[in-house]
Amino acid sequence: MLALHFRLLLVAGLLAAMPFGARSTHAATPENYDPWPGLVQDIFNSRPIVDGTGIIAVEMPYRAEDAAIVPVTLRVKLPPTDNRRVVAITLVIDQNPAPMAARFELGQASSVSEISTRVRINSYTDVHAVAELSDGKLYMTKTYVKASGGCSAPAAKNADEAKARLGQIRFRQFAKPTEGPQNGIREAQVMIGHPNNSGLQMDQLTRLYVPAFFINELRIWQDDALVLAMEGGISVSEDPNIRFSYVPNGAKRVRVEAKDTEGHVFQKEWKVDNSGI
Amino acid sequence: MMYCSLSLIVAFALGAAPAFAQEQRSALAVREIVPGIFVHTGATEMMTQDNEGAIANVGFIIGSDAVGVIDTGGSVREGEQLLAAIRARTDKPIRYVINTHGHPDHVFGNAAFLGNGTQFVGHKNLPRALAVRGQFYIDAFRRIMGEDLIGKVRLVSPTILVDGALTLDLGNRSLMLRAWPTAHSDSDLTILDEQTRTLFGGDLVFLDHVPVVDGSILSWLAVIDELSSVSAERVVPGHGSVSNWPVALVDERRYLEKLAQDVRKLIADGKPIGAAADTAAAPERSRWKLFDDYNARNATAAFSEIEWE
Repeated sequence: MLALHFRLLLVAGLLAAMPFGARSTHAATPENYDPWPGLVQDIFNSRPIVDGTGIIAVEMPYRAEDAAIVPVTLRVKLPPTDNRRVVAITLVIDQNPAPMAARFELGQASSVSEISTRVRINSYTDVHAVAELSDGKLYMTKTYVKASGGCSAPAAKNADEAKARLGQIRFRQFAKPTEGPQNGIREAQVMIGHPNNSGLQMDQLTRLYVPAFFINELRIWQDDALVLAMEGGISVSEDPNIRFSYVPNGAKRVRVEAKDTEGHVFQKEWKVDNSGI
Repeated sequence: MMYCSLSLIVAFALGAAPAFAQEQRSALAVREIVPGIFVHTGATEMMTQDNEGAIANVGFIIGSDAVGVIDTGGSVREGEQLLAAIRARTDKPIRYVINTHGHPDHVFGNAAFLGNGTQFVGHKNLPRALAVRGQFYIDAFRRIMGEDLIGKVRLVSPTILVDGALTLDLGNRSLMLRAWPTAHSDSDLTILDEQTRTLFGGDLVFLDHVPVVDGSILSWLAVIDELSSVSAERVVPGHGSVSNWPVALVDERRYLEKLAQDVRKLIADGKPIGAAADTAAAPERSRWKLFDDYNARNATAAFSEIEWE
């Protein structure tokens, strides 16, 4: 259902927002127009969304230094005394051509409390994070990002290199000195080599749009328990990079599976104690 | 007199009085650095409405038959002023406009040279770079510089593509063009005037203006090694003063090496990408202009590249 929804949105984005050149015919500049009410309708079926302060936080630099690689961190703030859990977090970049950047599904027993990734930012924009809790309610928080001027563009710097890395997956665990192993929280990172083409670029010779080509599904498991899943879009930067905190369940292996829009499946697994803590 | 006041009225009615004054085709200030090679040194600034985008070095070379233009500036107005500077010195045809890469401060003046048989020349990747980023640049700089300066900008893709090397002739004057692997950008091209051993380095060479990494820092460092062996006497950098060659590469190489080294350490220490923006290459800060405008971006780009080493 959600996958279908996402595809629809993407098509709408392609048709309406971008085709280069068409934009100048819009009466309002993108910054003056608030797309959020429409996005609530399209992405969340107009379900009520309440203030998520104290439940979910989104952190981004105020100025996007490199529009192609803007770091974003989502933090679960739900107090331990709350008996609900965060089931999913949706990241929405309001002014991007395909606003739904990613939807993260948090594994039931994984205790994921922090997710960092990198996104493309096309313009000055609100960025919303919407958490869905186990009671089915939606909670929202937002921040604002200024796209930098200069030579910064939300496109690949080295398109040939990005293709050469296609399908490579790397996994790394980090020691987290502030929290340490005593409370069981670990931090890890998954990197996937993929150009994550936006599909909004016109080939000047053929005058056709280069088809979108991106990672649309990513799943990270500890043995057979899901840690984190991501449904991604073209707003995720090339070479998708997900860094997250979680609580190990004693599993011997971490497994990553990614799929892209051309049906490639990339898979890799690591023994946990071999992964460079 | 009558004409003048009428014009003024019209100009005011269009709300474009300052623009009207600037529409006079004043010539861009250029200096003849060696016989037949003229260079305008751009302001070491970001592109703004005030500087009309004239921040990059642009120039032209006059042969016995024709003229070759190297980069056209950050607005059509700057391109027109460059054209006026050429026409103040020669009426030979402009055979080539050579773009050193696809950034707006180097290509936004291209439209001033359309027509009259002028051919556009660039790296084999330049058409792709313009296709992928061009409209984004136009939209972004329309906001920064205004419709008046950006409205006439056209993305002019090269019809002569350089893959490896190419020699162009202006009449008893050979220009040796070389397309480089991804470095400052993925469409970097240099031009060597054989006769005077003058190299137009484009943005492979920065002086004074902090280098901007929009391609690959590691590949750029490798390109600098190879570039330094080009036999030239002087370089016209993309930004900064005309300088002796290859000593002009020293500062840039030091900055890029420091940045790569700092970023590599942050990655080894498990720091997140945001940390790079705050700390990498900090000791270089006092040695460059526009450091605060670009260093954090360079560090972010370097991090996302070096983490794949």
